[in-house]
Amino acid sequence: MDVDLILKVYPHFIKAAWVTVELSVLTILLGLVCGALAAAARLSRFAILRFIGAAYVSVLRGVPALIFLFLLYFGGPQIGIQLSAFEAGVIGLGVNIGAYMAETMRGAIISVDKGQAEAARTLGLSRFQAFRKVILPQAMRLMIRPLGVNINAQIKGTALVAAISVVELTYTAQRYIGSTYKPFEMFLLAGALYLFIITLTGKGIAYLDRKVRLP
Amino acid sequence: MGLDFSVVPDYLDVIFLGALWTIAITVCAGLLSFFGGIFFAVIALYGNAAVRLPFRFFEWLFMGTPLLLQLFLIYFGLVQIGIDLPAFVAGAIGLGLHFAVYNSELIQTAIVSVDKGQMEAARTLGLSRGQALRKVVIPQAVRDVIPPIGNNMIALLKDSALVSVIGVGELTLSSQLAIGRTYRPFEFYAVAAAFYYLINVVMEAVLRRLERKTALSR
Repeated sequence: MDVDLILKVYPHFIKAAWVTVELSVLTILLGLVCGALAAAARLSRFAILRFIGAAYVSVLRGVPALIFLFLLYFGGPQIGIQLSAFEAGVIGLGVNIGAYMAETMRGAIISVDKGQAEAARTLGLSRFQAFRKVILPQAMRLMIRPLGVNINAQIKGTALVAAISVVELTYTAQRYIGSTYKPFEMFLLAGALYLFIITLTGKGIAYLDRKVRLP
Repeated sequence: MGLDFSVVPDYLDVIFLGALWTIAITVCAGLLSFFGGIFFAVIALYGNAAVRLPFRFFEWLFMGTPLLLQLFLIYFGLVQIGIDLPAFVAGAIGLGLHFAVYNSELIQTAIVSVDKGQMEAARTLGLSRGQALRKVVIPQAVRDVIPPIGNNMIALLKDSALVSVIGVGELTLSSQLAIGRTYRPFEFYAVAAAFYYLINVVMEAVLRRLERKTALSR
């Protein structure tokens, strides 16, 4: 174990970890938006929206995130989409995790007891009011924990942008492995930072889950 | 530069070969993740503290870091300590170990939830603890987790694209090869996506069948 080397390079890893955090936050936010839209589309009254929602979820979940990322970043210019590597990373991975989040959200919504919607409608609420004021608040409680699983996966998933040369944690580790020939030290350094980010996020989600859980 | 799919047929044989390698590494890593998962689960539940604690640490490390980073570690790290594995083997080991950890979590829960009476009955009939585990408890536990393990296998198929970065000539790398010759990234990544989607659909159908066949009528 080369401790001197670790002490020498760790500031670069800290800087890279911030990029990983940025990527995580942005992809997760975009994923939540895409997921909510797709879940709404899949539960819609209109067949065309249901079809679009289902196609989005099926295609994005059926294709590796890496391929989708490459398609967007390298293939995008051919169809008039010019993105920087960072932008492509955020959009590609955000749209990708959105498909998984859509399923999580839909699952939570449909697992709210049907009687709740019926009772709300009987009391005179419109379909939309019933959804917003009765179903959604209950579903939100149910989806925090499974969304936490998606979020955990996405933080690790940001590593994929190393393949399009965004300088984040995995790319930095890879570069230092190449230049120092010390893979274990570099893995330990990057791994410790990933574990720190993931553990902290996990604690945050568990806190949120406890906070809104019904007794 | 618009889209032109007319160059695709010339490279279909390359892509097809890549798809076969993707299937091959998925099968190898899938088997490793399945049997590795059982092995890890037994260690986690029945091992003594000396093996259990290092295993817990290993599990924590593998679940908390990206697969891509683990692949770099295995591929380049083993070279550093003098083990020069072919990329395919390193990739299969990396993918297999990564998913073995996830499968182990599932199998541990399943083993714990197999009725205690099963183990007691097996021991009473004269089986040793190892035999009772192998012949009575584990088969029942594994059957219970076939659906979630199937989901892990599908995730493994998609994550097999990552081994292209350590140079395994599977579907992703072979489409990159075609792109290198034709400068048509959109067309070939779209074709690769279609192949992955197809393999995914077939795999899902096979898994559903397996689930139905192994499900108990309760």
